[in-house]
Amino acid sequence: MRSAQETVSTPFITLAGVRSGFRLALPILPGSVVFALGFGAAAAEKGLTFLDTFLYQTIVFAGASQFVSLELWSDPMPLATALTMAAVVFVVNSRMMLMGAALRPWLGSVPAHQIYPVLAIMTDPSWLIALRYNREGGNDWGIFLGASIAMYVTWAVTWIPGYLAASAVPDPRLFGLDLIMPVFFTTLLVPIYRERSDLFPWVVAGIVAVSVQMLFEGYWFVLAGGLAGAIAGAFAPRRAPAEAAIAPVKDGEA
Amino acid sequence: MMDGLLTDGALVAIGLMLATTLVARMAGFFILGRVTITPRVRRGLEALPGAVIISTIVPIALREGLPAILALAVTAALMKLLKRDVVAVVAGLATVALMRQAGF
Repeated sequence: MRSAQETVSTPFITLAGVRSGFRLALPILPGSVVFALGFGAAAAEKGLTFLDTFLYQTIVFAGASQFVSLELWSDPMPLATALTMAAVVFVVNSRMMLMGAALRPWLGSVPAHQIYPVLAIMTDPSWLIALRYNREGGNDWGIFLGASIAMYVTWAVTWIPGYLAASAVPDPRLFGLDLIMPVFFTTLLVPIYRERSDLFPWVVAGIVAVSVQMLFEGYWFVLAGGLAGAIAGAFAPRRAPAEAAIAPVKDGEA
Repeated sequence: MMDGLLTDGALVAIGLMLATTLVARMAGFFILGRVTITPRVRRGLEALPGAVIISTIVPIALREGLPAILALAVTAALMKLLKRDVVAVVAGLATVALMRQAGF
């Protein structure tokens, strides 16, 4: 069983893993490019300098939160505004705390100086790619690094044409590219599904996310839905065999 | 507009945003290293990827309406049948684009 294997084998990293992580991220990159172009264009219109925008992209490196905080940008920048922007960024990115938590059982034994730099450039797609790979039995965390690098490099570079030619940036809606994130996520959801008991946390997550989105402003719905789904998964009744499979494995075996 | 290299205060704002982003990215991993991961916690964490995906896509699908819902259904079906993510993504996007062209 998967759980048993996770418990006993130490994660490792190879160059081949990094490469295949990069490759697994390719389907989402067109979407990242379009959003980066859009951010470049929006930043130019807001009056950000080239260097402002470059630092925004490469240091904050968190798509949705950048768009939301950019709305608050002002020149000059009072400290109160800067603090508000940072708070907004935290709210939009709060779901990442759940994402990081979910990596712990797999990657907890990787040395801190290796894993935290990768966490620093974690994105939703790279996280999902890595966890899906691990769920299928993989243990090479180069997958996580490779997918993260693919996202980072794309985001760090492809905003530039958008910034330089702000008015010429095409509407992402034209090719449905504004929806590439949910579409890509769907391809990752399908292989995660194993048995009917998986559906219970998903239904709970969906109901909570939709309710929170309707009731509250802002981006709380992903955090709320994710948390509700995790709690549902933790307390849902499970069939016994999965539990029994962990028990016989002792330290040093396998 | 572009009269300087950097906007006044830009570094402060970007630095503060970096700080909160790093906390969001690292805190969950850090905290889970300091509490015992019981089987129950582990099951909760295992349910997280699916729960986060659902929490992201369902509100978007409902907001965007029929083209998005159909696109996600097409993507899921192709992924199930062919197990090729690129094909499923392209077909999903094509579904959105065509539906919108058709006036939905």
